[in-house]
Amino acid sequence: MGTRNPVTWLGSPTFPKAAREALADTQLRQNLRKATGTIRGRRAAAVAEMTDWENLRLAGEAIKNDVLSRLDTLLVQLEEAVTARGGVVHWARDAAEANEIVLRLAREAGTDEVVKVKSMATAEIGLNEALEAGGVKAIETDLAELIVQLGDDRPSHILVPAIHRNRSEIRDIFQRRMGISVSDEPAELAEAARRYLRQKFLTTRVAVSGANFAVADTGSIVVLESEGNGRMCLTLPETLITVMGIEKLVPTWQDLEVFLQLLPRSSTAERMNPYTSVWTGVTPGDGPSSFHLILLDNGRTATLADSVGRQALRCIRCSACLNVCPVYERTGGKSYGSVYPGPIGAILTPQLVGDMHDPLSASLPYASSLCGACFEVCPVRIDIPQVLTHLRAEAVEAKGRTAESIAMAAAAWVFASASRYERAQKLGSLARFIARDGRITSLPWPGSKWTSSRDVPAPPAESFRSWWRKNRGS
Amino acid sequence: MKVALLATCLTDTFFPSTARAVVRLLERLGCEVAFPLDQTCCGQMHFNTGYRNDAESLARKYTEVFSGYDHVVAPSGSCAGMVREIYPEMGVSAGPMYELSEFVVDVLGVTDVGAWFPHRVTYHPTCHSLRMLGVGDKPLRLLRAVRGLELVELPAATSCCGFGGTFAIKNAETSTAMLTDKMKCVLDTGAEVLSAGDNSCLMHIGGGLSRLRAGVRPVHLAEILASTEEEPWAHATP
Repeated sequence: MGTRNPVTWLGSPTFPKAAREALADTQLRQNLRKATGTIRGRRAAAVAEMTDWENLRLAGEAIKNDVLSRLDTLLVQLEEAVTARGGVVHWARDAAEANEIVLRLAREAGTDEVVKVKSMATAEIGLNEALEAGGVKAIETDLAELIVQLGDDRPSHILVPAIHRNRSEIRDIFQRRMGISVSDEPAELAEAARRYLRQKFLTTRVAVSGANFAVADTGSIVVLESEGNGRMCLTLPETLITVMGIEKLVPTWQDLEVFLQLLPRSSTAERMNPYTSVWTGVTPGDGPSSFHLILLDNGRTATLADSVGRQALRCIRCSACLNVCPVYERTGGKSYGSVYPGPIGAILTPQLVGDMHDPLSASLPYASSLCGACFEVCPVRIDIPQVLTHLRAEAVEAKGRTAESIAMAAAAWVFASASRYERAQKLGSLARFIARDGRITSLPWPGSKWTSSRDVPAPPAESFRSWWRKNRGS
Repeated sequence: MKVALLATCLTDTFFPSTARAVVRLLERLGCEVAFPLDQTCCGQMHFNTGYRNDAESLARKYTEVFSGYDHVVAPSGSCAGMVREIYPEMGVSAGPMYELSEFVVDVLGVTDVGAWFPHRVTYHPTCHSLRMLGVGDKPLRLLRAVRGLELVELPAATSCCGFGGTFAIKNAETSTAMLTDKMKCVLDTGAEVLSAGDNSCLMHIGGGLSRLRAGVRPVHLAEILASTEEEPWAHATP
């Protein structure tokens, strides 16, 4: 312990505060509405093609639960398989350890520049910043990650980290940072990025990647992507360093079949993603001659110890929950203060941080109306609303005595007895005298949070129960 | 058939006309309705805000109050969901609980309840009815059978209205942004009545529409189904 977990961004405000600012950004809201609306519709169509989709989800859930229940032995099996095929396995307890290993390996390879395959694990540990502090430059090669990097920006989506940008904003970033003149046509922008990156692929000797899956019994690592830039990084450099969360395992190749169907349809709404790269250790004369696998914990074993919260470790980072989330659609990803935004971020980030006294962590489980749209689309059936309320209970416990906890205790005391409840009801109904035209338009705090945009109906003189007693007796 | 009514604290206190409508409807359909006066709140607010112990006490109180009944009906998808789906998470098992449209369609086997309601109506399906209970199109089937009623489809119907209990207070701005989009969809339908199976969502959307003086009336599904040509439902904000 000691060093802070970089999964949340230093100095990030709590969710409600960040969201308030994001909501005022009309350009952001327009960009997000368009982007999430489009991908939502496409995903629904891609999923509707599959008659066995619900069975696939059940299978995905079952395989991941099996992995989590015997993670200890499967990880050792993976280590043995990777080592037997010429790879080197490293274990990292936290972000600092993982970053240190990558930096050391880059230095040993004699390079001050690495190319990167899009990866959530390396974003989670703040690898780019750590490498930079050690004098090594990391170059993102995923188009959206590159846009974020060149814009000195932060990611706002798991799959499309630059989803908050529209094409004219992207053109401005490219012109400024690449020193070129380019239109905002998607094809031209992609061509500009291609030219910029191609030179890097051909000259850089070390690549860093994450992993979508690792097959325990063969030691094979799997990366799914759309652009082919990942494939360049995975094949051209001499040294490949993969940073992988310890939960990314599947036991066998057979299990992979389920996820290769679930992930693309949930994530990019494709039947199959354009590039699936698989490698097993090193193969002389083919691809990198040196392969290092870093197995990252960073709060995962602590999450695994929580019988309700551990289901978050089933996540395959598809982003479907972000795209359907009504909160995410309006606030954007940066309001969540972490590389993991949206509903999955609201349950994963606080668990990886592991400290509900942290104000941001404690605010994240409340960043949801509990509408359940996330659970409905999750390809591995993570019951996100269930974990949210579970973590809310932890947040309440960590906070101790607050104005809210006193009010809640009072409400519980009133509700515990029908006669007390009835007396409170009669007292509350006096509020009808401050109503005009049947509505109350202004209440003192915290009711003002409601009446700032919504009226309250005037309470009637007679509750249902008094009507019932009068008309039906008992 | 004997059935107990869980009026829900919100409806009991703020929307008594909805609970009276449930009584009228179920009696018209041949049920004997009981209202155990010891009932208070199902504990959903406490549970959803993170106050587990209080929620669990209220859950146990519920099971005591309703233990003698084979069927309990609530005019609320979220309170019914609390009892049916969340109580077991807390280790509390309650008897059979139905949201109103489920009870009428599945248990009583009726879709035409003999109602008459000559208005242009749009229906918001509410998240917990839809995704926690899975009531599907039961409310819509009931509404389609209502004479005189013109049902207009609500665009983006399955999107949350932004209520979410204490979410509307804790994240008031985000909640309002969701509400704004929901209101726009409601207004786009040109309906004069917005209906739903849950007074909490109706209070939220209705509260926003009231602020705009939009002239769209929120009316609970039960009140539409209770209305007949002989006895039209006099919806009054009492």
